Amino acid sequence: MDLLYTAIEALISASQLIFHQEVFLFLALGVTLGLSVGIFPGLGGIAGLSLMLPFIFGLDPIIGLALMVGLIAVVPTSDTFASVLMGIPGSSSSQATVLDGFPLSKEGHAARALSAAFASSLFGGLVGALFLTVFILVARPVVLEFQSPELLMVSVFGLSMVGILAGKIPLKGVAAAGLGIMVASIGEGPFNGELRLVSYDVPYLLDGFKLVIVGLGIFAIPEIVALLRQGGSISNNPSLGSGWLTGVKDWWAHRWLSIRCSIIGVLVGVIPGLGGSVVDWIAYGHAIQTTRDKSNFGKGEIRGVIAPESANNAKEGGGLVPTLLFGIPGSGSMAIFIGALALLGSGELEVGQSMLTDNLDYTYSIVWLLALANVLGTVLCIILAPQIARLTSIPFVLVAPFVFMIITFAAFQSGQDVLDLVVLFCIGILGILMKRFDWSRPAFLIGFVLANPVENFSNNAYQIANIRFDNSFGQGLDYLFGPIVIVIAIITVISIVVGIRQAKFIQPEGQLETGTKRAPFLFILGLIGFTTLFLLDIGSIPDYAWTDAVFPFVIGCTVLVILLLLMTQMMLRPETDALFVDGEIQSSQANERPLWATIGWFIALLIGTSLVGFIISLAIFLLCFFLFRAELKWPRALFMSVCGVCFMIFMGWILNREFPGGLLQFYTSLPWPLR
Amino acid sequence: MTKFRSKLLGALAAAVLSHSAFAEVNFAGKTIEWTIPFSETGGSAKWANFFAPLLSEAMPGNPTVVVKFMPGAGSTKGANWFQRQKHTDGTVMFGTSGSTQFPYLLDDPRVQYEYSDWVPVMASGTGGVAYLNAEAGAKFDGSANNLKGMKFIYGNQSATGLDLVPAMAWDMLGMDVSHVMGIKGRGDGRKMFESGEANIDYQTSAGYLKGSKKFVDDGTAVAMMTWGALDDDGNIVRDPTLPDLPTFKEVCEKTAGCDVNGKEFKVWKAFFISGFPVQKLAFLPAGTPKDIADTYAAAFQKIKNRPDFAQLAEKRLGKYPMFVGAGAQKAANVATDLDPDAKKWAIQYLKDRFNVSLK
Repeated sequence: MDLLYTAIEALISASQLIFHQEVFLFLALGVTLGLSVGIFPGLGGIAGLSLMLPFIFGLDPIIGLALMVGLIAVVPTSDTFASVLMGIPGSSSSQATVLDGFPLSKEGHAARALSAAFASSLFGGLVGALFLTVFILVARPVVLEFQSPELLMVSVFGLSMVGILAGKIPLKGVAAAGLGIMVASIGEGPFNGELRLVSYDVPYLLDGFKLVIVGLGIFAIPEIVALLRQGGSISNNPSLGSGWLTGVKDWWAHRWLSIRCSIIGVLVGVIPGLGGSVVDWIAYGHAIQTTRDKSNFGKGEIRGVIAPESANNAKEGGGLVPTLLFGIPGSGSMAIFIGALALLGSGELEVGQSMLTDNLDYTYSIVWLLALANVLGTVLCIILAPQIARLTSIPFVLVAPFVFMIITFAAFQSGQDVLDLVVLFCIGILGILMKRFDWSRPAFLIGFVLANPVENFSNNAYQIANIRFDNSFGQGLDYLFGPIVIVIAIITVISIVVGIRQAKFIQPEGQLETGTKRAPFLFILGLIGFTTLFLLDIGSIPDYAWTDAVFPFVIGCTVLVILLLLMTQMMLRPETDALFVDGEIQSSQANERPLWATIGWFIALLIGTSLVGFIISLAIFLLCFFLFRAELKWPRALFMSVCGVCFMIFMGWILNREFPGGLLQFYTSLPWPLR
Repeated sequence: MTKFRSKLLGALAAAVLSHSAFAEVNFAGKTIEWTIPFSETGGSAKWANFFAPLLSEAMPGNPTVVVKFMPGAGSTKGANWFQRQKHTDGTVMFGTSGSTQFPYLLDDPRVQYEYSDWVPVMASGTGGVAYLNAEAGAKFDGSANNLKGMKFIYGNQSATGLDLVPAMAWDMLGMDVSHVMGIKGRGDGRKMFESGEANIDYQTSAGYLKGSKKFVDDGTAVAMMTWGALDDDGNIVRDPTLPDLPTFKEVCEKTAGCDVNGKEFKVWKAFFISGFPVQKLAFLPAGTPKDIADTYAAAFQKIKNRPDFAQLAEKRLGKYPMFVGAGAQKAANVATDLDPDAKKWAIQYLKDRFNVSLK
């Protein structure tokens, strides 16, 4: 009761802080920025907040908070557009929305999917704000209980979701997640700096692969290439279709699912370091587990939209808990948020315990702002939806080069290196192959994202457990198997068992046909080759630096065993077995163009960039593409190319960025956009 | 509101200017990325976050200054990255700490960087504070005599990093400390202490003031000692920021078996001098032209000259000297210089105690 009283009192004093015209104005500005950033595939809260930083310094704290919270809160709402309409995750936390949202859009039910998503987002956002209110008061002691074994267990729980996402053959999902972990392990080891599968001759790789590039490569590129090959527009039905009301009704009919997923979102958001990339998958997995008829998942099941969208907005509220209370960023955008907070006012606002004592009114104004931003964002999304949606009725061949241009630019921003583009392309090829042979790409990405936390937590947990076991056996047991660990472990086991039993009902890539043994077999041989190489390299790490080796070694061995097992099965089973799923067989009728001719365009852009720099080669690429691939007339092709190049230069100018340079730039000195 | 509008206009105007051909050094519209090779919650993060907005204000053209974090391998990962950076337009800055200096001094094989390539623009000193959990703190009486026989767990970033200083100090006091290796920054060490996984911790002054002092105020921790500070004659005296706490030297004097005149203490002091009085340095990459370096130095000088600087710094960083320009170069020399005897001793110590082989 006392708790409630404190909360209400703080909420009232916070409302006095924020109910000012200026605050609302800046909140609206933040929301608008968030919407614009969220619509772009691949860009999210991190890019948006970074964009905002120059204007934050010295602002009145409450105004700066309005701006930032407005942006953070609506990114998960507006990123739905890209997921539903283009089949590209708008940001990392709406990957799962693509699975069912995109099929709905292809069937002409985009409006239904969008309105269900917006309703869920709004609801999730409000639940997130409500939870933040309560959590701020009660969560502190609970979260403080979390030690390395607990954090490790939570990450393992996140990993266990791959069992559900694996499709018909769970082993392939596990192997895909393992591959994701292995790819994430490449670079300098986290403890002793031992090199894993890189050398000092290729400095770029020492820093490892960036999430932005891996995400764009593994998800976006295969989709764009596939769409481009099929020809036509993204949506066969040019209008959003009817169903705005249906979507809201859908949400209401599944309101309990929405509530549960919002709570999942908040809880996952609260766990520091887990971040937004898994929350949508956990919610999606939950939706599947709790749906009786699972046959529609992956083909346009509305529950598959409601679940992740409820969760990803709610997550922001949860993510603010560790951020504000402990200064532990829950995600990448929260890390920037912490930095930005220090810029407000004259630095008197700093995350940590003072947010609960001296600055409680600010903490609660964040709650208010979060709720208001969600309402505002949803309203704006609904109003603007028809305009944005018109994009989908344009033949994809006219959109694809622009999408590819933006992805390339976004990828380049992560490292400012031409190799960013090469890696993007290589991971894209891997993504295309995984899509073709039905290896779970979500599982791969989850593995990639969780590799780092799992490695860190297991390193700490292992060493501390050893020390405690040395003290006494009981102390070690107490440490490793606390009540929280046991509860999460039970949930994990249940989720694995249920997940694998139900996995055969989900086919994220749709119904695929089997073909000859040759192609899938070659792919698995390639994977075995990579894993062997990886293990040999890890094995060469000297003993004293074993901490850098043990985790990737264990994962690599597991993956190798699974791959060999799969290979044996492949040798024994007939060609019609689900093991030999091959997307090319089915789509060879649907595809107008061969794969390599389509990829060839992008290789050309890449080679062009390395020769004459990004802007010049982009201009040539766009013009040629529109002339020869889209078969436009000269004037129109020229006009669209100029638009594209101008837009890119404008983006680069606003963000103050360099563009990738090539040999030409190396030998000559050119003015800015060309250099 | 008006403040914001004028700021917005200013930034826009600045952005326009920056793209027209201006010859002199002007950072208008640019974003300076200041990379810290540790996680977001440690002392170096606090240090950079403190200076970033001030630097933005002091640089010509008021560029945005963003602090980025690249933790890993006890900060050598970030430093190796910085070594690979080339000068482009002066928007890349790097912050090192004692944990970056030590592996360099000890010829750690992970080190692929060379301090003398870099251009120092600012340096500042700090102190360090060790603290115990309440249970051990109750037994602490200004000496470590009653702490013998207790089991301590400490989150260690890297044996060859700044954590060498606390590790040696506790060993000299005869305390039984087990080190959990490979955490990502002192902030993560504090997190381990807070969650109860570790029961002893140390922070640099900024990290202590902002993060850990509250544990002491709450009674969940007891401050044990500071590493002290150097007076003009090179003697260890009490830390001016925390004058109420005894120094390690004082605790050592009172503890049986710890000798302030012995070889070990001399080595410890040598590392303390490399690691603390000049601990944190801000560098520009190799090949930075003089005009850019001078611009930075002038900006830091401007910060130092602010009438409210001492007051601001004391609250967030503690009372420690700050070096700019030529002073920063001199400070960098002190920080990257080590007595060969001390080095030899430390390499043996690291081998015996942590099984780390260095040449």
